[in-house]
Amino acid sequence: MIEQNFSLLLVVIPLIAAPVVAMLPNGRLPWLLVLVVTWLCLALASWQLSVVSDGDIISYELGGWAPPWGIEYRIDAMNAFVALMVSGIAAITVPYALRSVEKEIPRQQISLFYSAFLLCLVGLLGVAQTGDVFNLFVFLEISSLSSYILIAMGRERRALTAAYQYLVMGTIGATFLLIGIGLLYAETGTLNMLDLHQRLEPIIDHRTVHTGFAFIIVGIALKLALFPLHLWVPNAYKYAPSAISVFLAATATKVAVYIMLRMVFTVFSSDFVRTTPTHLIFLMLGIFGVVFASIIAIFQTDAKRLLAYSSVAQVSYMVLGMGLASALGVTATLIHMFNHALMKGALFMAIGAMVYRVGISRLEELNGLGRQMPWTFAAFFIAGLSLIGVPGTAGFISKWYLVLAALEQQSWFIALVIILGSLLSVVYLWKVVEVLWFYPATESGLSVKEAPVSLLVPMWALIFANIYFGINTELTVNVADTAVKLLGIPPYHE
Amino acid sequence: MKHNLILRFIVKYLFPVIALFALYVQFHGDYGPGGGFQAGIILSVAFIFYSLVFGLKTTEQVLPPGVLRIVMCTGVLIYAGTGVTTMLMGGNFLDYNLLSQNPIEGQHLGILMIELGVGITVSSVMLIIFFAFAGRGRPEEADHD
Amino acid sequence: MIDIIISHYNYWVVIMLMMAGFYTVISRGNLIKKITGINIFQTSVFLMYISIGYVSEGTPPIIAEGFTKYSNPLPHVMILTAIVVGVSTTALGLALVVRIKEAYGTIEEDEIHDQDMSL
Repeated sequence: MIEQNFSLLLVVIPLIAAPVVAMLPNGRLPWLLVLVVTWLCLALASWQLSVVSDGDIISYELGGWAPPWGIEYRIDAMNAFVALMVSGIAAITVPYALRSVEKEIPRQQISLFYSAFLLCLVGLLGVAQTGDVFNLFVFLEISSLSSYILIAMGRERRALTAAYQYLVMGTIGATFLLIGIGLLYAETGTLNMLDLHQRLEPIIDHRTVHTGFAFIIVGIALKLALFPLHLWVPNAYKYAPSAISVFLAATATKVAVYIMLRMVFTVFSSDFVRTTPTHLIFLMLGIFGVVFASIIAIFQTDAKRLLAYSSVAQVSYMVLGMGLASALGVTATLIHMFNHALMKGALFMAIGAMVYRVGISRLEELNGLGRQMPWTFAAFFIAGLSLIGVPGTAGFISKWYLVLAALEQQSWFIALVIILGSLLSVVYLWKVVEVLWFYPATESGLSVKEAPVSLLVPMWALIFANIYFGINTELTVNVADTAVKLLGIPPYHE
Repeated sequence: MKHNLILRFIVKYLFPVIALFALYVQFHGDYGPGGGFQAGIILSVAFIFYSLVFGLKTTEQVLPPGVLRIVMCTGVLIYAGTGVTTMLMGGNFLDYNLLSQNPIEGQHLGILMIELGVGITVSSVMLIIFFAFAGRGRPEEADHD
Repeated sequence: MIDIIISHYNYWVVIMLMMAGFYTVISRGNLIKKITGINIFQTSVFLMYISIGYVSEGTPPIIAEGFTKYSNPLPHVMILTAIVVGVSTTALGLALVVRIKEAYGTIEEDEIHDQDMSL
């Protein structure tokens, strides 16, 4: 295999591994193969990022057909960044999943579970790598279908209704995306993203193009859990198995943010965002999302559902950055995408460790567990600090960039909303911290031991990544800057 | 189903016709409407028709679900394997020109291989889905003769 | 004006099917009816693609002597892929409905909601 094939191998290796895992007998062997495959993908994604991080572009033609006739995998800094994030989270989740999955999923379904996990990984990585709009739709549907399956494998019967609700809403979103792609294809005749961008420029005021854009935005917004369309998130994240909550909360909506960035800024342009009411819509929905989702999170009585509403609020921050439509705004979105994956992954891992010991995630059952499980509680605390945006952690960097981007455009209101969101997140995180540490333990809670090492090590790896990327921002900020330059978004000027 | 002599007779004679039509559609994907997905569905329809008349247990003796799962995985591996073969030969993924001396023959061969993989996968998936749905809920009533 | 409306009758059908399917998803509480609504919605999208991609008097796109006008294979390939995605989604949705029926005893959405809320 020559080096130029590595970008494709990132998608093909999990694709080949998925049917192989489905054929293996249940036990530890599927887990081992999945571990090898995800760590291999992480290595490939890191290599890929090291090649493109200074502005080069890898272009891979499938089938030897040159674009725009063939499907092209076009990797620039943003693609490689997202691919690194997805494969990194997958590589950290699989060691965590060993004990957690064995406890939550019946033994005869384990190899099928891991096969579906690999298919979800294939879908997410394929979305991150491709440069063709319809290929994006296909990979998005592969990852969505696998995630419906993975969520439905939760222990309670409400996991089935949560997966069904996600299926209905997700399929409508994907069909809207399909309609938008069809309308754009009707206007231009091509499916390659760069070619679409060039061909759309002279005809960008046609009503069909605007309609196609509207359908695409609404379709992706359903996958992204943008504020009024977020109703599938709380149930889906709560009733899914713990390892799947970690994986999906950290990757699925962020990849949808990446798709939104690609469609809005590469296929259309940032001028289009500023001259049409698109940026106002993003700003409004972002502000509502941040405020309302944080407020709803404060009133939750279940830890996983609280974190799910918190995810909705954080995605609204990313959309806010997109709505600012300036170089600094989109840089903030990209940095927050990466950092939020680290933060939310660690938070869900901590709650998952407690569910592993106790079995329920309702707040009144978790009384005093913080003192029984000090390492888990410390991880939750530090990840919570990162979510709030305390200096020294990764969350601070992304909030800082967001506030800078808002102030650059003299919109004090948006900067105030961002800070208000941080204050609200203090309230709901303090609620969980208070229950975990300051309440006396229940009788069954007194016999709980610390989480096993195989759950603690990935958790603390994510915490160290949080702190590392909060102090050494070279990787995230440089890659985000390069990506924004390649997207062609100019810095804000009067 | 002892009394439904007409149905049993028709199934026995229609089954090979449907299977032959499925193979026709599979290999004519190159020249006309057809291809792997449609052919897989038609082939699975033949088996489902048989199991509707003769009962699920009889059909499961011919196609045990464990074997079907292996066949399904083999189909996906044929598809991905063709792509990896072209990569090992030095070209890009699914670059059919390299599969044979003559590029046009290579294209034909490549399309045939991946459509074969798709057809195998689709027919086995449809049968697995049918067996999973039909086998639930009333396990004691498999074959009412 | 009237002949423009009549000559574009397939687009009118697309809109009617799309709205019918979408309304079914939103308004019906039975889980299987929702899936059927999604199917109708997706069928309207396929019809839209075919209407867009139709080349009048085009032959199948295999080069043969004597034919100069070939139909465009790309929209048809897109529709095939979207049909496969739709079939997979329907199969998955129906499998979930079977499991929900076994777990709850009903497939009406409001009864399931009542059972969940009463716990």
